[in-house]
Amino acid sequence: MAFDGLLEGNSDQWAFGTDFDDPLAGLDVALPAALDPLEHARFCLGLADDALILSQRLAEWCSRAPDLEDDVALANLALDLLGQARLLLGRAALVDPAVVPVLPAGSPVPAEDALAFFRDAAAFRNVQLVELPNGDFAHVIVRLLMFSVARLELFQQLLSSADPVLAAVAARGVKELAYQRDWAGRWFVTLARGTSESRRRVLAALAGLWVHQAELAEAYGLSGGAVLERVFLAGGVAQPDSVVRVGGRGRDGMHTEALSLLLAEMQVVARAHPMGRW
Amino acid sequence: MSALDRARRVAAEVVDPELPMLTLQDLGVLRSVEMEDGVVAVAITPTYLGCPALATMRDDLVHRLQEAGFPSIGVRIELDPPWSSDWISERGRLALKQHGLSAPGAAPRPLVLNLGPTRRNLTCPRCGSGRTTVTSEFGATACKALYRCDECREPFEHLKEI
Repeated sequence: MAFDGLLEGNSDQWAFGTDFDDPLAGLDVALPAALDPLEHARFCLGLADDALILSQRLAEWCSRAPDLEDDVALANLALDLLGQARLLLGRAALVDPAVVPVLPAGSPVPAEDALAFFRDAAAFRNVQLVELPNGDFAHVIVRLLMFSVARLELFQQLLSSADPVLAAVAARGVKELAYQRDWAGRWFVTLARGTSESRRRVLAALAGLWVHQAELAEAYGLSGGAVLERVFLAGGVAQPDSVVRVGGRGRDGMHTEALSLLLAEMQVVARAHPMGRW
Repeated sequence: MSALDRARRVAAEVVDPELPMLTLQDLGVLRSVEMEDGVVAVAITPTYLGCPALATMRDDLVHRLQEAGFPSIGVRIELDPPWSSDWISERGRLALKQHGLSAPGAAPRPLVLNLGPTRRNLTCPRCGSGRTTVTSEFGATACKALYRCDECREPFEHLKEI
């Protein structure tokens, strides 16, 4: 019974997809004239890649969290971000089909999966913060806090985006991101006010990750840091000095070595079967 | 009964794969059923963007409608307006309680930072006690939080407000 859907469904289904022909179906997908298609596709791709790559990093935590509840929490957060990534990849492909990698003729791979699995590191547009290798539990908390605060702020602005698809994704996304931000914020305070060891670890994670805040703030157009300040205050942690971005930007395709290694693992099976069908 | 009414009745009986005590209609996920040139056009909305149950919901709707004699069915995803736990029907809330799950309260509107524990006035779906403790804001699925009753000591799941 469980395999009915796979057997009776569309025989054109790619072996690794969800068989949804078009995740954006039912929405008014016309791009308003005020938006430049190339620029807008690039914008969507950056937001999609941030969610996709952080989702993969969070999924690596599966079975490794300090307790079962937080293991489940991390997996849930990964899933939320994957959901955002799918729609945003689909949107980027629709707005500018040229962003989608060319696959062999007759390949059943849909655009969102072609973008996720068949691009090399240099074609990814995610900020470097999300691709860094996982560290300890404090590391994932600080990374999630920085990311969810920035993303929630931007998504709240996107609620009034001229693109109805982006506005719809934002409307759904803000509620999920609010849970994400609160969870990360609570753990930040708990660790910062916990034992000397947990405080040492959260401060070390913050010191290591904060150099990426400038790139994140630039990509997300952040104005101030009021929310982060409140979390730092609650945790009794001094706001780190603002940093200047050094080196290339992920939005320009400049990445650390860690992204190539992440992609190698994430893409290897899909790339072996570009024509694979159930 | 018209074909449209029949299609609506069939679709309204399809249950959620994760919460089988609820129909998709009671959950508020089934948005519309229309007839368009002989095709049954069904619209569903995801509870969460990454909800992996969406494909199963689609398959279940297609199969039930096919069994009821409708040859041609189209299921599309509707993102706007986003699903809210406020859309769970009264019948759905009762069914949740009868199956040991706690129904969501009113969805929060302003997205203010909350660094303290989430305060919910819950009653244990088993013994009715108001003394409960959250054990995790995330459960086996994205839409549930885990609680424990401090009276009867039983754990229970709460559908989150979103």
